[in-house]
Amino acid sequence: MIKKTLALAAIATVAVAGSADARDQIRIVGSSTVYPFATTVAEQFGKTTDFKTPVIESTGSGGGLKLFCAGVGIEHPDVTNASRAIKSSEIETCKKNGVTNITEVKIGYDGIVVANSKAGPRMELTLDQLFLALAKQVPQGGKLVDNPYANWNEIDSSLPNAKIEVLGPPPTSGTRDAFVELAMEGGCKKVEGAKDLGLEKKACHAIREDGAFVEAGENDVLIVRKLEANPNAFGIFGYSFLDQNLDKVQGTLVTGVEPTFENIASGDYPISRSLYFYVKGAHAGTIPGIKEYLAEFTSEKAWGPEGYLADKGLVPMPDAEREQYRADAANLTTNVE
Amino acid sequence: MSDTAGTGTVKTGLPRKNINEVVSAGIRRRYAAERRFRAYGLAAIGFAIFALTTLLVTIVGTGYSAFTQTMLELEITLYPQDIDPEGNRDPKVLSTANYQALVRQSLRDLFPEVTTRQERRRLNGLVSDGATFQVRRAVLDDPSIIGQRISILVPMSDDIDQFMKGHISAEVPESDRRVSDQEIAWLERLQDRNLVHRTFNWTFFTSGDSREPELAGIWGALVGSLLTMSVTLALAFPLAVATAIYLEEFAPKNRWTDLIEVNINNLAAVPSIVFGLLGLAVFLNFFGLPRSAPLVGGMVLALMTLPTIIIAARASIKAVPPWIREAALGLGASRMQVVFQHTLPLAMPGILTGTIIGMAQALGETAPLLMIGMIAFIVDIPQGVTDPATVLPVQVFLWSDAPERAFVERTSAAIMVLLSFLIVMNAFAIYLRKRFERRW
Repeated sequence: MIKKTLALAAIATVAVAGSADARDQIRIVGSSTVYPFATTVAEQFGKTTDFKTPVIESTGSGGGLKLFCAGVGIEHPDVTNASRAIKSSEIETCKKNGVTNITEVKIGYDGIVVANSKAGPRMELTLDQLFLALAKQVPQGGKLVDNPYANWNEIDSSLPNAKIEVLGPPPTSGTRDAFVELAMEGGCKKVEGAKDLGLEKKACHAIREDGAFVEAGENDVLIVRKLEANPNAFGIFGYSFLDQNLDKVQGTLVTGVEPTFENIASGDYPISRSLYFYVKGAHAGTIPGIKEYLAEFTSEKAWGPEGYLADKGLVPMPDAEREQYRADAANLTTNVE
Repeated sequence: MSDTAGTGTVKTGLPRKNINEVVSAGIRRRYAAERRFRAYGLAAIGFAIFALTTLLVTIVGTGYSAFTQTMLELEITLYPQDIDPEGNRDPKVLSTANYQALVRQSLRDLFPEVTTRQERRRLNGLVSDGATFQVRRAVLDDPSIIGQRISILVPMSDDIDQFMKGHISAEVPESDRRVSDQEIAWLERLQDRNLVHRTFNWTFFTSGDSREPELAGIWGALVGSLLTMSVTLALAFPLAVATAIYLEEFAPKNRWTDLIEVNINNLAAVPSIVFGLLGLAVFLNFFGLPRSAPLVGGMVLALMTLPTIIIAARASIKAVPPWIREAALGLGASRMQVVFQHTLPLAMPGILTGTIIGMAQALGETAPLLMIGMIAFIVDIPQGVTDPATVLPVQVFLWSDAPERAFVERTSAAIMVLLSFLIVMNAFAIYLRKRFERRW
């Protein structure tokens, strides 16, 4: 018993000593979509400099910004990744907690693809067809009705006679947020009579819950595996997963554009979003390595068109935009207010 | 016996043959019922074995190939003018030299006909980024090799590795494959020269997490798990045993102890994520302990394991026959002496089994760790309980979500390591029980 008491005492001492230490390691939180890119940069940074490798938590964009805006001090993260821009409500929270010097760095684009197994037919969809296939309520005969479409060819006779079966991310996911904003809202605008029935903006975001759309969890690898097993099903996930599995799944052409690296970079592919990270300027002086980490992230060998992030599936920004955000990152310009 | 209809018929005297038939039919029914029951039992066990085998076969089937790695034997000339132009072997100069250029040069020497930029990029992609760091480490470890031509085994990139293991098929059209026809042609020429080897994947067991599958390892997560479990054990075991002893041997039986007992039993059924939220609110936000640290992870898991161990410990203390206590008291032992010299040693095997079951449960837990920041990308191997760390099940979770194909087999391999860890712990529990078990 005495030994154990001593062990307990030792642990308590370590605990106190540990919390009193200053942090010498960058802490990053945020989006699971940016996670693969941020971790790649962090690893390179850790290997090529004398600084410790930053610790990166995958908390989701919203969760990351909440932690980020909680305050200034070593117990709060230095950087947060986001697969959407910071909201004004979040900026308010930040301000209230004394986090004022925030630098936004856009890192590139990510396409959201609708894909199916190579065993199935290659589809070509327009945004309004996607909306009609997935919306909770659609306009029909002058009023809103619960989505009546069970097969693709009921929407348009040119589509195959197959059951509508789509696997996608749950509402907590940033991919879902971007999908409903870009695809559902975009499709909604093109459906005749939808606006008169009140279907615009947020109202278009509702996705059907009658079994045709299956929430498959945050794990995109799992969706790819399920598509392999079921040639009739379609899946919604990030471009990097399509890129890695092109021998198993194929991307659906949306408004006639194939989801390829080039088409997403040029902006031709309609369902693509920007990825960001946010830096707490107040930490740059106290936590070692923040400026160097930013320099690594914004270097041409990382986020350039031939950089290592492009190999991981990040679609780079045009030269001028890269130049602008690189300057912002280097000077820690407060560009979010 | 009352005179019911049944006894009445016997009294009236049925023919003897009939009684025999009734009795033997009853016996047959009883035997049939027994056989059926045995069949149900066998079927249940059969189903369990089938499910377990399927699980193990799937995991081992996808995971075993992660234990090997495709390596390329590279001849690299360490030109002194590139690495150390001053010639004074200053470690700072040595560590920042451009080793990548040396690796690339040696690849170019193998295929001198490759000249276009696009092709060179692809050629460089054959070997892992880790090659650069491997050469750097070799030079830093022994600067005397500068100027020599060394032969070094470097990992090939994950796509090439997957192709060599047959996970990427050459049959599918080139545009849909992550390994191009040209890369396959290069690979064949390297194989002809006997430069491609498949070796045991030591990296997997010695390094921390990485975004490059060929450089990723579980050592970081394993160390994290060990640290977390040590904290859990050091906190949960003494507390739980003390609680159990007090409640069983000393506490009066009244409403208060009943209330405590009900609460302990309830705690055992609380979902683990709740303990994570508690850890976040109390240990991180109130006490200001560091995020992602095994110390906090261990404390949260200790809270989760406490009720399990208390319940097991109380049960095994209760199972010690009362005459042991009575005999000791009768010989003049104090209650303290009875507990620590007689009851506790006899109850120990049961307590240890309960402890290890609780620990095994804690070892596989991820949900509470999410809240305290242990689900994170951590490359450096943790050196102590306050360093950021992750644990084995979290590593499985993180890899299962990675887009790269090569992480699929590594996920299964990590599961195999986790399962082995559990088997070792359970085997230890059985050994302890057999060792200390006493029968009377």
